[in-house]
Amino acid sequence: MRRAVPIAERWTRFISTAAVWLFALAWALPLLYAIWAAFHPSAFATHFDLASPLTLENFARAWTAAPFARYFLNTILLVLGIMAAQFVICTLAAFALARFAFFGSQILFALILVQLMVTPDVLILENYLTLKKMGLIDTLTGVGLPYVASAFGIFLLRQTFKSIPKELDDAARMEGASTAQTIWRVYLPLARPVYVAYGLVSVSYHWNNFLWPLIVTNSVETRPLTVGLQVFASVDQGIDWSVISAAALMTSAPLMIAFLLFHRAFIQSFLRAGIR
Amino acid sequence: MAAPHSTRLNIHLQGWLLALPAVVLLATFTHIPAVETVIDSFFSTPHGKRAAAYIGLDQYRTMLADPVFWLAFRNNLLYALITVPLAIGLALLMALCVNGGLKGRAALRLAFFTPTILPMVAAANIWLFFYTPDYGLLNQIIRVFGVGSVNWLGNPATALGALMAVTVWKEAGFFMIFYLAALQQVPPVLYEAARMENASRWLVFRRITWPLLMPTTLFVAINALINAFRVVDQVIAMTGGGPNNATALLLFYIFQVAFSFWDSGYAAALSTVLLSTLAAIAFLQFFLLDRRIHYR
Repeated sequence: MRRAVPIAERWTRFISTAAVWLFALAWALPLLYAIWAAFHPSAFATHFDLASPLTLENFARAWTAAPFARYFLNTILLVLGIMAAQFVICTLAAFALARFAFFGSQILFALILVQLMVTPDVLILENYLTLKKMGLIDTLTGVGLPYVASAFGIFLLRQTFKSIPKELDDAARMEGASTAQTIWRVYLPLARPVYVAYGLVSVSYHWNNFLWPLIVTNSVETRPLTVGLQVFASVDQGIDWSVISAAALMTSAPLMIAFLLFHRAFIQSFLRAGIR
Repeated sequence: MAAPHSTRLNIHLQGWLLALPAVVLLATFTHIPAVETVIDSFFSTPHGKRAAAYIGLDQYRTMLADPVFWLAFRNNLLYALITVPLAIGLALLMALCVNGGLKGRAALRLAFFTPTILPMVAAANIWLFFYTPDYGLLNQIIRVFGVGSVNWLGNPATALGALMAVTVWKEAGFFMIFYLAALQQVPPVLYEAARMENASRWLVFRRITWPLLMPTTLFVAINALINAFRVVDQVIAMTGGGPNNATALLLFYIFQVAFSFWDSGYAAALSTVLLSTLAAIAFLQFFLLDRRIHYR
C-alpha cells in the first residue's frame, strides 16, 4: 500500500537526492578529468567537446615511452612474493601465539604489535643501512623483506586461530597429526576467508607502496609501478597530461578492475582488516 | 590431565621455534632500528674516515634552532588537525548519504570509494593535472565564477591545503565503509521509536546515530592521526616539499635529510621525534580504547 507523499516532502527528497549526486560527482571529478584526458587526443585534454574522438594512443605512447611492462612484472612479483612469504611466516607465529602459552608469549605479542605503528618506512635510514649490509639494495627481496613479518597479519591470524575450537585441534593430534599437519588440515581450511581478506589487503597495500621502494630501488629491473610512474611523470615526460593521466590510470588499472569485479569481497576484507 | 614435564618444555620450545622467523625479521626491521635510531641521535654524522662521535644533545640543539624543522612540525600538526576531522566528517556524511534507500546507491558508493584503491602516486599525478595553473579543471571551474587562475601548488599560502585535499580525498571513502558497517548495526527499533516521537532528523542523528557510532569514530580518528604523521608520498610526487618548504612534513624532511643531505645523525634525531609522536598516539589510543570498554 502506498502512502500519498505530500508535495513538500517530495521536494525535500528530490533536493536531497540531487545534493548527494552533486556531492558524489564533485568527488569523482579529479578522476573523471584524468579519464577524459587519457582517452582523448592531447589537443582535447583540457577542452571539453563531446564530439572529440576517443583514442587509446595516450596509453600506447606511455607504454612505449617507459618500460612499464617491466614495472608491471616487478610489481606483480613483489606483491605475490610478499603475500606468499607473509602467509607462511605469519601463520607460524600466529599459531604459536594462539595455541601455545609459551614462555614470554604475552610480551612477544605486545612487542609484535609495535610494528602496527612503527612501519618499516618510518625507520627509512636504519633499514636502508641494514639492507645495504645484507647486500640487498636494488633487489625485489630487499623491497619486500621488511614487510614479510607483518604485525597486522600475525594479529589477524592469531585472533582467527583462537576462535577455532580447541577440540578440533585435539582430535587431529589424537590421530597422530604433527603440528604442521594440524595447521595444514585443521586451521588453514577454517581460516580461508581470513586469508583471502588478508591477501587482498596485503596486495593492495604493496601495489600502492611508494617511499620504501623509492629508496631501495634504482634500476628498471627492480622498480615497481609506483616508483616507475613517479620517474616517468617527473623526468621523462615534460607536461603532456594526456600521457601522464594514461600512465597513472594504467598503473592503477589492475586493482581498479579487480575492485569493480569483486567490490563486495574488497570491502569485506578492508572491514575485517579494520584494526590496521 | 597434567602434561608431563618433557611436553611442557616442548611447548615452550615449539612456540619459540614457530615464532622465530617472524621474531628475527621484526627485530631486524622494527625493534633494533628503532633503538639504534634513538642511540644514533646522540652521535655526530660520520664523514669519510671520521667516525661518529658522541655529542650528547647537540643534534637536538641544532633541531631547535632549525626553522625548517619547526615549519615541518607545524605543517604536520596542521595537517593532522585539519585532515583528520575533515576526513571523518566527510566519511560520515558519505555513509549517511548512501545508507538510505537512495536511487543509484551502488554508483554513489563507487564514486566515494574508488579514490581509496588508487596508488597515492597515481592520485597525486591526477591531482597535479587537476590543479594545473590556467587550464587545470579546478582553475577552469573557478574561472566560471570570475576568479582568476591560482597556482595552487606553487603558492606557499595554498600548497599545503592543496595537499590536504588529496589526503582527504583518498581517505574519506575508506573510512566511509567503517561507518557504513557500523550504521547497519544500529538497531532499527531505535529509529522506529524516534519516528513515533516525531523527532527531527537532526535530533535522531545527535541522540541515536552519533553516540552509537562513537567507537567507529574513535577507531577511524586514531587511524587518520597515525596516517597524518606518515604522509610523504604526495609531498614527493607533487611539491617536493616546496615552495620554500611550505609543504615540508616530518617524514618528508627525514627523507630529505637522510637521502639528499646524507646527514644521518640529524636524520636520526628527527626520526626520534617522529617515533615519539607515534608513541604518544599509541598511548592516546590505549587511553581512549580503555574508556570505550568502560562505557560498555
